[in-house]
Amino acid sequence: MKWIGWCLLWLCIAGGVGAEGPIVKVGSKKFTESVVVGELLAHLASSSGAEVAHHKEMGGTRILWNALLSGDIDIYPEYTGTITQEILAGKGIAGLPQIRQALAEQGIGMSLPLGFNNTYAIGIKEELAVRLDIAKISDLARHPELRFGFGNEFMERGDGWPGLRDRYGLPQREVRGLDHDLAYRGLQSGDIDAMDLYSTDAEIKHYNLRALVDDQGYFPEYLVLLIYRQDLNDRAPQALAAMHKLEGQIPETEMVSMNARAKLDKVPAAQVAGDFLRTRLGIGVQVRHEGLLYRLWQRTGEHLLLVGVSLFAAMLVAVPLGVLAARRPRLGQVLLGGVGIVQTIPALALLVVMIPFLGIGVPSALAALFLYSLLPIVRNTYTGLSDIALPIRESAEALGLPPGARLRLIEMPLAARSILGGIKTAAVINVGFATLGALIAAGGYGQPILTGIRLDDLGLILEGAIPAAVLALLMQGVFELVERAIVPKGLRLEPEGDAA
Amino acid sequence: MLELRGVAKKFGGLPALQPTDLEVTAGRTTVLIGPSGCGKSTLLRLMIGLIEPDAGSVRFEGEAFAPENVLALRRRMGYVIQDGGLFPHLTARENVGLMVGHLGWDEQRIAARLAELVELTHFPEDGLERYPVQLSGGQRQRVSLMRALMLDPALLLLDEPLGALDPMVRAELQTELRRIFRTLGKGVVLVTHDMGEAGFFGDEIVLMREGRIVQQGEFADFLQRPAEPFVTQFVNAQRSPLEGREDV
Repeated sequence: MKWIGWCLLWLCIAGGVGAEGPIVKVGSKKFTESVVVGELLAHLASSSGAEVAHHKEMGGTRILWNALLSGDIDIYPEYTGTITQEILAGKGIAGLPQIRQALAEQGIGMSLPLGFNNTYAIGIKEELAVRLDIAKISDLARHPELRFGFGNEFMERGDGWPGLRDRYGLPQREVRGLDHDLAYRGLQSGDIDAMDLYSTDAEIKHYNLRALVDDQGYFPEYLVLLIYRQDLNDRAPQALAAMHKLEGQIPETEMVSMNARAKLDKVPAAQVAGDFLRTRLGIGVQVRHEGLLYRLWQRTGEHLLLVGVSLFAAMLVAVPLGVLAARRPRLGQVLLGGVGIVQTIPALALLVVMIPFLGIGVPSALAALFLYSLLPIVRNTYTGLSDIALPIRESAEALGLPPGARLRLIEMPLAARSILGGIKTAAVINVGFATLGALIAAGGYGQPILTGIRLDDLGLILEGAIPAAVLALLMQGVFELVERAIVPKGLRLEPEGDAA
Repeated sequence: MLELRGVAKKFGGLPALQPTDLEVTAGRTTVLIGPSGCGKSTLLRLMIGLIEPDAGSVRFEGEAFAPENVLALRRRMGYVIQDGGLFPHLTARENVGLMVGHLGWDEQRIAARLAELVELTHFPEDGLERYPVQLSGGQRQRVSLMRALMLDPALLLLDEPLGALDPMVRAELQTELRRIFRTLGKGVVLVTHDMGEAGFFGDEIVLMREGRIVQQGEFADFLQRPAEPFVTQFVNAQRSPLEGREDV
């Protein structure tokens, strides 16, 4: 019955929001820079009197763009290069005026660039750069012995390594693809000599690297700017105007140092953004500090909502399906196969598939969790009913009990243990799976885990992982109690000595 | 009261029962006997409509079995199987009262009927609150019999009711069962593979082999007028090993 409480709580929270100013929904991607800019937007909009929801650390460009089109979010920071190469790829769009026009055709407005250009760069260690006298990318051509380690995306992208090699005529043979964060460590340990960088990476300063000058202008610009739904102008003009104050205000050095504070010094992104607004724009904002307990309380509420509602809905559907499968063996095989196939869909894919229908956030996550819960419950209901011994079933029939009464009085009680086992499995799986809900802004324990991964902060990862594990154990415990209450006593007794 | 005409049944293409005629008379005990797989249990399950015949008809007190009346007809019969077939999640009392509870009998009426049956079957009163797993084999059969008799059926069908019991309990229960059958005066059909038991219970004995009736009659007929050599074989195979010993 717990879920009812959470539903009510959630309704209260949802109902309470929006009583005052207009609602502005900000989105950001799951890397630090995007989250920091998202926090800047959230502060500015809220200083104009709007109610702000910041859906941070969402799963990727496609998810954010679709969320923007569908109105699940109103605004988010995007890069010009990503717009031309990915969102509007293949349309041959270049230059801000063309981008502005193409976006406008889809009902999307855009601000002027905020200042910095977070494009690709090639980085080497400062000490090596001095020794070999390398300042520009074209200088690399003189040193064919250098070893390169590039991010997997950069290795494959048209505007990545293949094009760079051709443009500059680079002769290097030893080129490896590896994870971006690992590349920094490889550079540090001397396993590789050069890697691809994002030019605002906090690590450039930290590891004392030199970003080589792109002297032939090969890399496209990745200027950050704001893209937003044009209807935001009608709904929240003041908030939009406030957010536009960021135009041209964030030079590359500022962004690098904000990234460094957030990522390397582990200062909360909201705090970093608040400090920037105060010192740079003279705008004082209230940065809310949420204590660990408060965060835990909130995450627990979100997580229980996801698990509870999806599990309850799955029970309502899966138990009857299991009964149907047991009654109609041929249809049963089709049903079991169907719910089995759902189980093989990768979690993230299932979440993304839901978005066009249900939008980002809780509804999509609930639907995906619901689908994942079906298999264990359907299968165990089916098995529990099918495993009832023939003499018992025939005895019930021979008594003259109608089918409905047989199911209710005999078969379901006898299958209760198995059915509960299925629900228990689904619940425990759900607790783990629901952590992925954070990728589509559904909150829950996944949020600190995502942040922790982004910041390489084990403490934050554990802040999500430990409560999730505890919740899974609690679920297990609760179901043991439920089992004791529901499974009939006669099934739990051991045979006594023969007392004929 | 129960009439089978040309009833036949196949399982997976193999005949389990050849076209068979049989009549069960009220107030008499008919025993179906034969080796394993002879079709005696199939015949019994056809009688209560647990399976439908491929051919022929089963009529109970003049009514043919049909989907509309099968529940009503079953309630006028009692059915007891080997080891009782009790519902493990219900106490003895709940097992016996399940059907009448569903039919809406009030508690008083149920209790009164239960008291009669406890008396009839000599079931210990305090055993009523126990679960099947807490009862002995003989007690389980008594509960099963009470459950079958709860609605005071006209016909009682028993499928090897004593098959799972040890010899002492079995002998005791045989005597009790015969007493109960005589007290009630109902039609009884009892399946067994034991010729001694058949002779003990049967007013009418039906010997079956490979899905058909070989001989039908009183016990003496089987000894004195065997219809074919198999009858004598079957009867002899069942004789007590003690009979051949000179020191007995």
